[in-house]
Amino acid sequence: MWNYTDKVMDHFLKPRNIGVIEDAEAVGEVGNIVCGDAIKLYLKLSEDKKTIVKASFQTFGCASAIASASALTEILQGKTLLEAAALSNQDIADFLGELPEAKMHCSVMGMEAFQAAMQDLQKKFPELELPAAAHETQGEDRVVCHCFNVSEAKIREVIRANNLTSVEQITHYSKAGGGCGECIPEIEKILADALGKKAPATATAAGTKMNNLQKIKLIQELFDSVIRPSLQADGGDIELVDIDGDKVLVRLQGRCAACHSAEQTLRLWVEAKLHEKVSASIIVEEVR
Amino acid sequence: MNDDVIYVDNNATTCIAPEVLQAMQPFLTRYYGNPSSIYPFSGPAAEAMRQAREALAELIGADGPDELIFTSGGSESNNAAILSALQTQIGRRKILSSVVEHPAVLNLCRSLQKRGYQVDYLSVDSRGRIDLDEAKALISEETAIVSLMAANNEIGNIYPIYELAELAHAKGALFHSDAVQSVGKVPLHLRDSQIDFLSISGHKLHAPKGIGALYRKRFVPFKPLIIGGHQEHGLRAGTENVAAIAGLGEAARMAMSDMAEEAIQLRRLRDRLESGLLSSCPDPKVNGDPSSRLPNTCNISFKYVEGEAILLRLYLAAKVCASSGSACTTGSLEPSHVLRAIGLDYKALHGSIRFSFSRYNTEADVDTILQALPPIIKDLRELSPFGRQ
Repeated sequence: MWNYTDKVMDHFLKPRNIGVIEDAEAVGEVGNIVCGDAIKLYLKLSEDKKTIVKASFQTFGCASAIASASALTEILQGKTLLEAAALSNQDIADFLGELPEAKMHCSVMGMEAFQAAMQDLQKKFPELELPAAAHETQGEDRVVCHCFNVSEAKIREVIRANNLTSVEQITHYSKAGGGCGECIPEIEKILADALGKKAPATATAAGTKMNNLQKIKLIQELFDSVIRPSLQADGGDIELVDIDGDKVLVRLQGRCAACHSAEQTLRLWVEAKLHEKVSASIIVEEVR
Repeated sequence: MNDDVIYVDNNATTCIAPEVLQAMQPFLTRYYGNPSSIYPFSGPAAEAMRQAREALAELIGADGPDELIFTSGGSESNNAAILSALQTQIGRRKILSSVVEHPAVLNLCRSLQKRGYQVDYLSVDSRGRIDLDEAKALISEETAIVSLMAANNEIGNIYPIYELAELAHAKGALFHSDAVQSVGKVPLHLRDSQIDFLSISGHKLHAPKGIGALYRKRFVPFKPLIIGGHQEHGLRAGTENVAAIAGLGEAARMAMSDMAEEAIQLRRLRDRLESGLLSSCPDPKVNGDPSSRLPNTCNISFKYVEGEAILLRLYLAAKVCASSGSACTTGSLEPSHVLRAIGLDYKALHGSIRFSFSRYNTEADVDTILQALPPIIKDLRELSPFGRQ
């Protein structure tokens, strides 16, 4: 269900400062129609190019994207570039009262639109000495999340600016990890590093390459130390018949042999255990 | 129906019909006996279940009521059918499904892939249609079960389940269909079909949530998902939800008696909405297969605008409850997997709205939407940086 503050609803239903400023000195555009949201921000500056006299926007996106862009223009108008450079996405969220956490990426996109406008300004007026963004971004500018094209620098910036402590939050704030999810281990590493912790150990047994002998030995050990004792406790047993590449042939004994959940036992427990500890490609087959 | 909302999201869930509520009432109050008990006080409960099973069997054209197992709903039925097939089809470790399935099947298949099963997914064309030749090539002696939805919840496409079931049987595979969107909306004829399993959900046809059924063709091997007591002939343990089952039975009776006229009415409303929107909004596109669709479903995209914004405005303007396939409404940051599968143009992908009607909708509902929606699309397009010449 929607969970927006009155202020968000107000800016969504009656967005301020919509449209194009034809003679804008700075135009910043972020996001794209493929990802589902985009903001184009126009800034008209004072003669000395130190103050924002007028700001306007166009947005493609959901209610919070529209409200965030509207709020951004209201915040920026009348500010000097120096003041504006010190703003963060949290200022947009604060202006709107609150944004649902899953929508915080809308406020982040607002600030990115402003940064893009500043780059545009610098390009058009190379002689201008613009205030540096309040915080130097750290980390390489390599793409981490390919679904939403999110860089490491952006991930580090949302972690820093919003004191984030979980991958889920990072997804809410930057969209990173919200698509196929393949980059989540990478985001975990960046988060751990940003928080000054060691990256979680990812090298489980299942991740390392083993030769066949090591594999057979490990499977045998698992059968003797974990799998058989557990089944024996329930009055059953399992015999390791053969190992042929990734195929592990077993014979169920005792109660297991007659149990009609035997297939589940093999898949959900024996096979899962071997996937976890040995290799994800192992297939357990029953011989009768 | 209630609270002055215009509820056109009936593929998500439906209201409980007053007649259904009435049929349930005695089993929530007076007749609370366990249907398995032996004394006459439990008789009405057992009798209500018997009648409900009969009504449901008739609705789907089953050979007999003994082919129905009551469950907690569509998801459980899907799990029960597919997991059972993997146990009974010894030596077969492949599944065939489709890219447009509901998450109730799709995520089950993905989890089975992680457990070492091979799953193939039938692709769809730009109208969301599958290709039976592709299916034929993918079904083999290793296929344990083929699972294809009877109709799609998002775009309403009706799929050739009878034909695919025959292809599955030709290779010794079982066939299952998630039919929660079809049951009660389009006639089904399971008696002479090759369909082994079919999932039914109560709350899609004006019965309550939390009740459903699994059709299992007589003599098809089955291993229960929920193990325990002897209920449902030992095929699904757990004391039966008698009131909900009585409700499902009444809903099935109502659907059976009204389906033909209802389909005409639903189609009329849907077509009125669709043609109205096509002529009043810029760049609209109807998604799905107009030649083979549920009569109640309209999925339409508006370019350059975003679905959540449309829905929120539409609710505030006219209390219209509908859904969207946009990223912001799927809860996953990514737009609908069905609309992506049909290759919908990215300019329109986020601006898709699904309207799904029920017997309780009226022409006045449609006219309200036709009045409210076009100015919203216009407004949002004016805000959008895209779509300008």
